Amino acid sequence: MGLWDALRGRSTTSGPNLDALFLVPSAAVTLQTGIGLEPAGTGSVCFRAAEGAAFRQMQSEVVELLNADPEAPDVRSSTDDYGFTWLTVARDDITDVAGICTDLHAVNTALEEQGFGSGLLCTLVPFGDAGGRRAGLVYLYRRGTFYPFAPQGPQQRDNLLEIQVRDALAPELPIEKDLQRWLAVWGAPGL
Amino acid sequence: MPRSRFLKDTGLTVRMTTVMFLLGGLFVALIVGMMYLLPQYAFFIGVIGIGIAVWQWWNSDKAAMRAMRAYEVTPEEYPELHGTIDRLCAMAEMPKPRVGISEMDIPNAFATGRSPDRAVVCVTTGIMGKLTPEELEAVLAHELSHVAHRDVLVMTVAASAGIVAGMMARGAQYGAFFGRSRSKEGAIGVVGALVISLIIYAISFFLLRLLSRYRELCADRAGAYLTMKPAALATALQKISGEMATIPQGDLRATKSMNAFFIAPAISGATLKTLTSTHPSLEQRLEQLAKIQAELGRTEA
Repeated sequence: MGLWDALRGRSTTSGPNLDALFLVPSAAVTLQTGIGLEPAGTGSVCFRAAEGAAFRQMQSEVVELLNADPEAPDVRSSTDDYGFTWLTVARDDITDVAGICTDLHAVNTALEEQGFGSGLLCTLVPFGDAGGRRAGLVYLYRRGTFYPFAPQGPQQRDNLLEIQVRDALAPELPIEKDLQRWLAVWGAPGL
Repeated sequence: MPRSRFLKDTGLTVRMTTVMFLLGGLFVALIVGMMYLLPQYAFFIGVIGIGIAVWQWWNSDKAAMRAMRAYEVTPEEYPELHGTIDRLCAMAEMPKPRVGISEMDIPNAFATGRSPDRAVVCVTTGIMGKLTPEELEAVLAHELSHVAHRDVLVMTVAASAGIVAGMMARGAQYGAFFGRSRSKEGAIGVVGALVISLIIYAISFFLLRLLSRYRELCADRAGAYLTMKPAALATALQKISGEMATIPQGDLRATKSMNAFFIAPAISGATLKTLTSTHPSLEQRLEQLAKIQAELGRTEA
């Protein structure tokens, strides 16, 4: 936000930049071969549900839209402890990361078109392996950057794995450089 | 192009800009008056006055934290509070401020600091006990909006005319008492400076309070759009204002100097209340939130 907006007491938030989501499928391959983390076959969009009829209507429309598509069989909605809503899309074929990203893009676009773009927090694609390691690739819209989030226990993060993921993906994804912004998304679906 | 549900409030912006412009004009008038009446001391007084304003702004975080006996807390100590602020900052795309706690029963919250990078958001233990997580989030969003709007800087700059005028009144009194000005012109200069500075101080006092109320309304708007839940802020304000009224006035005097940074003022003046209060009335704030609520709920495509 510029100084002029600040002086006038206005908060202007820029709309999300969604195209970077399509970089995830190739990053998924790198994660699989480099670190051994497999895609979990889901993906979620985290946003702030607004009060009122407009938002409820929009949300049901998005769910209908995705459920009408035979390629995308499952959309679930859940709420976390902080009052944010997660819309989770899943594919039967868990290796179909590209399909998941297309669905995530559709959810985000619908939210944006209805004027709720400022309520978007992040998009998360979870990964995991047989040993119980879990890591989510989180996309921050406003900054247009990715960062890894690896929960370990209820309120602890596996920083070592996160750094590993960061180093593996740095050549192909825009990674968030400011570690302060690596927001912990506890209770995210799929992790 | 995707539209935004952000309702523009041109009236508020125009009123607020006008007040800021008037305060700027006042400052210029003061400088010109001083140059004319007390040419040999004008520069000196002006520099000290502005120096005080800059010092207040620069140390606003430390001073406010000390005045409220607040201390900084880590994410480990207050995970929910930090988590809520983390998410709000990620949505608003702003750096995360430091988080403070003040062990007071008054339900209140404030934000201060010289810039968004050096800001502190502080809540009292009273407010955490009284509000639901959703309401607390609304209050935090309001405070974060103060940070984003650089309200500490804006209010300090706006207050500088008043500070310099106050300094000048002191200087003129000093000159009059010690008979430094034996000549007739000198005496006229001193008395004139005293009168002008008092008038400017009085006008800037009212304008400053007006500006403070507008900034509060702006922060309410921005906060409500950030959480998308204007009703949560409305119920929080009702709870806080209601609680404040029942607390004995004597206990609250200690926090008076902090009023401009609070979410709801700790003291309500009985006379000239609407003109001199730092915060808009509860009715005004609720009315604005109701408008935002309606806009968010509008279903036309």
